[in-house]
Amino acid sequence: MIEAIRECLGQEMEADNRVVVIGEDVGVLGGVFRATDGLQARFGKDRVVDMPLAEGVIVGSGIGLAMSGLRPVIELQFLGFGHQAFHQIGQQVARLRYRSQGRHALPLVIRSPFGGGVRTPELHSDAFEAFYTHTPGLKVVAPATAYDAKGLLAAAMESDDPVLYLEPLKGYRLTKDEVPDERYTVPLGKLRIARAGADVTLIAWSAAVNVAERAAEELSEQGISVEVLDLRSLNPLDIDGISESVSKTGRVAILSSKSASTVWKHQSSASLLLILLIR
Amino acid sequence: MSESRFLPNFESIAPFSRLSDSGILDSGESPMSDEAVLEALRYMMLTRVFDDKATSMQRQGRFGTFSSVRGQEASVVGAATALDPVKDWIVPQYREFPALIRHGYPIENFALYFMGNPKGGTIPPNVNMLPMQISLAAQIPQATGLAWGLKMQGGDGVAITFFGDGASSEGDFHESLNLAGIVKAPVIFFLQNNGWAISTPRENQTAARSFAERAIGYGVEGVIVDGNDLLAVHEVTARAVAKARAGNGPTLIESVTYRTGAHNTADDPSRYVDQQELEKWQQKDPVERVKNYLRSRGIWNENLELELLDSCAAQIDAAMEIARNTPLATSEALFDHVYAEPPQRMLDQKHDWAIRNGGDR
Repeated sequence: MIEAIRECLGQEMEADNRVVVIGEDVGVLGGVFRATDGLQARFGKDRVVDMPLAEGVIVGSGIGLAMSGLRPVIELQFLGFGHQAFHQIGQQVARLRYRSQGRHALPLVIRSPFGGGVRTPELHSDAFEAFYTHTPGLKVVAPATAYDAKGLLAAAMESDDPVLYLEPLKGYRLTKDEVPDERYTVPLGKLRIARAGADVTLIAWSAAVNVAERAAEELSEQGISVEVLDLRSLNPLDIDGISESVSKTGRVAILSSKSASTVWKHQSSASLLLILLIR
Repeated sequence: MSESRFLPNFESIAPFSRLSDSGILDSGESPMSDEAVLEALRYMMLTRVFDDKATSMQRQGRFGTFSSVRGQEASVVGAATALDPVKDWIVPQYREFPALIRHGYPIENFALYFMGNPKGGTIPPNVNMLPMQISLAAQIPQATGLAWGLKMQGGDGVAITFFGDGASSEGDFHESLNLAGIVKAPVIFFLQNNGWAISTPRENQTAARSFAERAIGYGVEGVIVDGNDLLAVHEVTARAVAKARAGNGPTLIESVTYRTGAHNTADDPSRYVDQQELEKWQQKDPVERVKNYLRSRGIWNENLELELLDSCAAQIDAAMEIARNTPLATSEALFDHVYAEPPQRMLDQKHDWAIRNGGDR
């Protein structure tokens, strides 16, 4: 998956010289996970910039770069450190279009790895996607496959809305699937049926999709046919796609790597229920 | 180490000034032509007329909570007149009315914003400014990135950002000065030290003797200027703008002034402002100082003053009239301009809202 992300960044930078990449250690090192490996050598130090360690000004200056006519891609080294920039993301990135009544579009992508499973220290594994899904003005994307990682990132970079693009830490190296060489996009807001089934719909996103697929496999041995939905985008949410599947199966479960008591899972299941009931 | 070498032990620096309190220019040449000073004075007077009008409307329930510029007119106008609206950007806070108007932001939009109408946020396409900022200091990184981006693309535009002594305690201020120093962003950090952050005095913001000296730690030039001296503020800002244009990086300007009004219309400064101190600053009124200067140049008289006041009042009245006649925002305006491509769920919510509020869409 990490190769797909890197390839996408390279292709987009090649195609559009307004694209700049800023973040911590994104230059010579190529990012701590190597998502930007080789980009600085290819595109120069002006377009791939190692930033001082300050998430607030990394995101805040990204807004300014976009205002000057560039299309910045920001790497937040870990989403757990995103709180240092939360005011810039939640109140500034997400609201600039509204506050200027449409004058200022904000073509900005914030990439960040999140979630656990690779033995990182505390904070590195935080999965706070819910905070961002509660922020109007922001789009939140979370691919589960390498194919989607490339296509969704291209779509996010093409969008005139700011996009938080979440990368599954666990999937960086483990997730391997076919990725076309050429440039393509995967539309924001369209889910993917990861596995077709008839008895129950199991909704997941990011690294949890793989877990859901394994669970579906096990359940199939017990004669239960599980349909696994990979949301791809948390906002926009593909309600039509979910609705279609749940109408067919009549049952739904949501799987995510979160604590049970405080989560987006519950918010999404509650709103899902409401939407399905009032239809 | 035998001594504590890193303790700041230099004397504090007196603010740069050109005009005496009574408006007499020092022996040097004026940095502004008489026409430019007259034009600047008109913006200062326009601001006062607007502030009085808006305050009185607020008391009558016809205007929202807003912050007047009173006492800081020379500071804001002196900085703004050093900018080229065609290529330079303003990244404001919320107490910079005349700077925004000079840059091309319509007065009626400013008024609508503080009347609670989101339409007030509309920035005309050719006006180089970011929206007003309520979350203190959040605009400073944005100004830094904007200036840096202009430079990256080979332009010679600069960005100026306004904020106060209080906002300089936020991390965004420090992170921005640090980055601006590293990338030599053509940005002017214009810190208006007006003595107060609502009720919190300047002494509670920093133990440093000046705000400007904080720039040193970031490899950035810091300057202190008498913020009630139009000519001095203009000169210092023009120098910082020229330096930034030439590729020589950012400047932190500390404009020492005083908020002789309230923080905003909801504030009661009598609870915390020392009356004697206030009176001392009222004696240094920036508008009177410019008038005295023009008098000393032989080009100010009562007729001219009345004429200017009339034209300012007419301009403000006309703008307020447009604002008053602008239809109130409908609740659907909550959903407009949130996204370039709004998610279906938001469009559904907008639709439901319209129906529930009696519409038939």
